Amino acid sequence: MEQTVAVFVSATLGVFLLIIFAGVARSVTRTASAEDVAKSAARWRKTVLWTLVLLFVPAIGYSLTKLPYSRGPASADVVIEATGNQWAWVVTPDTVPAGKVVEIRVTGADVNHGFGLYDANNRLITQTQAMPGFTNVIHHTFSTPGTYRILCLEYCGLGHHTMFSQIVVSSAP
Amino acid sequence: MTSTTSELRTRAGEAGYSGAIPFRGKGLVAAYAGITALVLALLMVFGLLMKTSQAGVITIPANRFYQLLTAHGIGMVAISGLGGAAVMWFFLSRYVSLSPAILAANLVCFLIGVVLVLGAIFIGGFAAGWTFLFPLPAHSQGVWSVGAAASYLIGVLVVGVGFLLLFLDTGRAIISKYGSLGRALGWPQAFSNTTEPPPPPTVVASTVVTIINIPAIAVGAVILTMSLVNAYAPGFRVNALLAKNLIYFFGHVFINSTIYMAVIGVYEILPTFTGRPWKSSKPFLIAWTATMLMVLAVYPHHLFMDYANPLWASVLGQVLSYTSSLPVLAVTAAATLANVYRSGMKWNLSAGLLFAAVMGWSVGVIPAVLDGTIAINRVMHNTLWVPGHFHTYLLLGVVAMLFGFMYFLGLSTGATDSGLDRAGFWMYVVGSLAFASAFLAAGAMSVPRRWAVHLEPWLALDKLGALCALIVVAGATVFVVKFLGRVRAISA
Repeated sequence: MEQTVAVFVSATLGVFLLIIFAGVARSVTRTASAEDVAKSAARWRKTVLWTLVLLFVPAIGYSLTKLPYSRGPASADVVIEATGNQWAWVVTPDTVPAGKVVEIRVTGADVNHGFGLYDANNRLITQTQAMPGFTNVIHHTFSTPGTYRILCLEYCGLGHHTMFSQIVVSSAP
Repeated sequence: MTSTTSELRTRAGEAGYSGAIPFRGKGLVAAYAGITALVLALLMVFGLLMKTSQAGVITIPANRFYQLLTAHGIGMVAISGLGGAAVMWFFLSRYVSLSPAILAANLVCFLIGVVLVLGAIFIGGFAAGWTFLFPLPAHSQGVWSVGAAASYLIGVLVVGVGFLLLFLDTGRAIISKYGSLGRALGWPQAFSNTTEPPPPPTVVASTVVTIINIPAIAVGAVILTMSLVNAYAPGFRVNALLAKNLIYFFGHVFINSTIYMAVIGVYEILPTFTGRPWKSSKPFLIAWTATMLMVLAVYPHHLFMDYANPLWASVLGQVLSYTSSLPVLAVTAAATLANVYRSGMKWNLSAGLLFAAVMGWSVGVIPAVLDGTIAINRVMHNTLWVPGHFHTYLLLGVVAMLFGFMYFLGLSTGATDSGLDRAGFWMYVVGSLAFASAFLAAGAMSVPRRWAVHLEPWLALDKLGALCALIVVAGATVFVVKFLGRVRAISA
């Protein structure tokens, strides 16, 4: 969902900007007085500024209601301990039932790693950093049974790209 | 993109190139630009090799891949700084009295640092990434030695010392001329009704660069030194979260400052072709002050996935990620469009690259702002979405500005654009857009960044990216070869 929104917004606004720049680049064959253009540009600047502000306020407000951070102790049904090591994950337990609130406690044993949780379609569904000296907590409910892969998302040295692990989600009991 | 030689030469002269800066400074700026051109070409080839290897077309062993990754990253940050400094020094020296000796000292530090860093990477095997995240430099599992880590950390430190000297000198010169940094930022004109003329855009931007880089480099020196001590005395440990905060404050501010230095070329050069001076209007002055404050405080957006970082810092990082885009889109992009619109100018390579650079900067801001949204960052952080957006505003932003500056310098030698130059322009611009788009698409597919070996489902986009990278390198090669052929005449 988030990926789709990001692609759609980036592509739409990006192409819009490219068209504007291309149009202005082609306009140089004609001439207009600098004063007239400056006045017109000042009006456009105000319009652009206020349009962006009007778009940003609800976008920021809404997105801040979707923060991934855990707020205080949650009543988790299952707790998973996940530790990043150079270059392997230790995940205990690695099997959980679907439909239960899972608390994943993530840390790094040696250097910084990134705990990236991927669904069966190889799509990243959530992540947090695995940091030495800190435990970052993810609360997640796996709604669909299957095999979820864990990939390392923070560069950690030579074996970074070999850090695969998995969590198997079984059918709800 | 046609114009007569005499017209262009006259415009370059009117823009202050001929005789407007001290003789030593002129040669040094040419040396800065020449080194920038060479290093950019080399580092782009490193990037092409990495992408081609990820695509499975060639095979680069993982240890070598991560060495290239480290060299590409730290090299691009440093050379963007060097090239940006050339642009800033060249134009700022028209308004204030800068020291060519300090400019030379920075170059010497840069070259010493580069030797140490390259030695660390390609002889010592150091490959902790350009961000040298603590405590990775000292924890390689035997892949590189403590000596190699020390060589890298000291090398970056020496480069930083050079830049610190340079910015202390720009600060000194600006205060000498304008009395205070606030006056050089145009605060009297921005926030009161004084009739005193505002400082020129170049001075305003240079003042911001000076103010933000001095603390950034100082903080960088702190974490580099702490990492160095840790490498030799593992008992000396640093809080990993504090270390990240220090590294990203330093890195974020410095890399952004390279754009702010390079954009001075847009302010100074585009008007020589359009005949419309770039004015320090009230919105311009307010935008630069706002940018200065925001760039110092926005860096927590690199730490959204460090859940242990304070919540207020993450929220601040998101809000400022959005507001930081306003000066770029509503002021710089709007002013660039207004400067060019129906100006009657004749396009040339210099103007074209500078104009395309503002376009790249503006377009790149959009996926960057989205990535600066915590809820989106959760599924985009450290995927290829990130190099997707920063290649848009670095490759097609700051680097295009640097090439535009080089073509501008070339005008003073009587050089004109050929069909090959124009072909290079289109290859570079279209190739960069497609290359960045391939990165963004891969990021949307959740492909992680900084992986030496890619999984089979990701290879199609890698191959497309490698093809685009090849086109970009071909275009850039034209720019670099042309400029290097002109360096001697420029510095004469």
